[in-house]
Amino acid sequence: MFSTFLIDAAYFVAAFLFLYGLKRMASPVTARSGIVVAGGGMVLAVAAAFLYGFDVSARAEPYLTTNVILLVIALGLGIGWAWISGKRVAMTDMPQMVALYNGMGGGAAAAIAATELLSGNALAHGPVVTVLAILGGLIGAVALSGSLIAWAKLDGRMNKAWRLPKHQYVNAALLCGALFIGAVVTVMAVVGAEETPILLILVFFAVALALGVLLTTPIGGADMPVVISLYNAFTGLAVAFEGFVLQNPAMIIAGTVVGSAGTLLTLMMAKAMNRQVSNIIFSDFGGEDDGSDGEIQGTMKACDASDAAISMFYANKVIIVPGYGLAVAQAQHKLYEFVKLLQKQGVEVSFAIHPVAGRMPGHMNVLLAEAGVPYDIIHDLEDINEEFAQADVAIVLGANDVVNPAARTRKSSPIYGMPILNVDQARQAYVVKRGQGKGYSGVENELFFLDNTSMVYGDAQKVMVQMIEAVKSLG
Amino acid sequence: MEMTTTITGFVALYIFLLAAFTGYEIIGRVPAILHTPLMSGSNFIHGIVVVGAMWALLNAGSTLEQVIGFVGVLLGAGNAAGGYVVTERMLEMFKPTNKASGADKE
Repeated sequence: MFSTFLIDAAYFVAAFLFLYGLKRMASPVTARSGIVVAGGGMVLAVAAAFLYGFDVSARAEPYLTTNVILLVIALGLGIGWAWISGKRVAMTDMPQMVALYNGMGGGAAAAIAATELLSGNALAHGPVVTVLAILGGLIGAVALSGSLIAWAKLDGRMNKAWRLPKHQYVNAALLCGALFIGAVVTVMAVVGAEETPILLILVFFAVALALGVLLTTPIGGADMPVVISLYNAFTGLAVAFEGFVLQNPAMIIAGTVVGSAGTLLTLMMAKAMNRQVSNIIFSDFGGEDDGSDGEIQGTMKACDASDAAISMFYANKVIIVPGYGLAVAQAQHKLYEFVKLLQKQGVEVSFAIHPVAGRMPGHMNVLLAEAGVPYDIIHDLEDINEEFAQADVAIVLGANDVVNPAARTRKSSPIYGMPILNVDQARQAYVVKRGQGKGYSGVENELFFLDNTSMVYGDAQKVMVQMIEAVKSLG
Repeated sequence: MEMTTTITGFVALYIFLLAAFTGYEIIGRVPAILHTPLMSGSNFIHGIVVVGAMWALLNAGSTLEQVIGFVGVLLGAGNAAGGYVVTERMLEMFKPTNKASGADKE
């Protein structure tokens, strides 16, 4: 069929555009054009996929008109909803939206697996294709329910880490159960069954979805970026597997590229947090306290925003440590206004970005870029950590765990071993915080109790306004 | 002209191998500031799953398959469109206004 040739040609071009676009996205200079290039590939591929309508299987022919109508409605609703929600979401809430969209991709892969198994297409192509359909369905379903839990956690709809008794055994049992059903279906394909019983498929996906939920519920919010990245790689892999089932090269290539790139990104993020992916998935980070909090000596000292501002005004070197609290308060614009006032006075100001500042690696850079902060005063942890010792003032805005010295010293702490910013080495540290609560990991922060640390309580936005006023009144 | 795609056995494995290395190499030397946009960008790219779901829906031969296919297309389209918008908005910020160090002109 000529339509088949057109579709294949379109997919080939689309695959090229995806790879080229992704490559361009990997550099800050060309990143913007990269997504546009890849987007062009997507439009082309979707347009070409309509040509499938000219060459449907015999049993689908009576349904074709309805199917085309359903297709247009589904595309319209899916694109429309996602477009609007994506445009509306605040920059700070991007991570959970990525999780949500990723879960949808996993769900789509699982849906393909379900139709292929139910219609008997997968079984007709033999055991290898059946196995791939099942694995893709399993991974896709886990990515779907897991991403939804990750979304709920990041969106603040689900705060507690939740686990069953013998949680890991339950997970192992679910995984074994799903694989067992998969094996049964494969055996059916070998002996030449034409269709898979609906009940078997239903149980299979129910088990897979439950597994995704239970894998994610015990994981604390601080580890969520790594988990989202991991599920992103999962979805890629599921898409690639279903691509083999459908003999669709664009899905195979795009899915595999995302699978490997996503795995690498996951490892890079985990490394930046000094965590192992296996520990995140199978351990208790973000769980209950270990009860060692009482040992911290000293008291927290409060101080006025204006006092802190004035001491920065007369400092030579100030380092700013922005965190999620800053982003939530939408204070990055005010912060930069304050920074410009300091710079006019001749104060050397730099930003220190922890690899996991915000909710994802690079998230804080995006937020600061939004406020117009130039790149050359933003520094990574490795570049700036030595400079804290020479800084007159270090100010922490809405960050907590990433400046907790317990990560260096307290072996019992769940964040032990995570690289932190050496704010405690600055001559004077200010911590802007809404209240006395603990960080995302639920650990008490020793920094707040040090002699050279003062706490400025309040919403970061309001604090920045007060600081700007204080500095303006001076000069 | 007969040029239908059949990808089986070792050909499939070769494609898998080459694509996996491609993904690894593309991401390999990326600055940390781009990790989030890239995760989002790769999230968009697996939105290609929508074309598979489109095939499944067009070839649906029963009401149940139609329902699942419909959901598949809906989810896949959401993945692709949402992934695009979010990535584009993030990368928008890397555009102009920086007298930045690493951002030399092309």
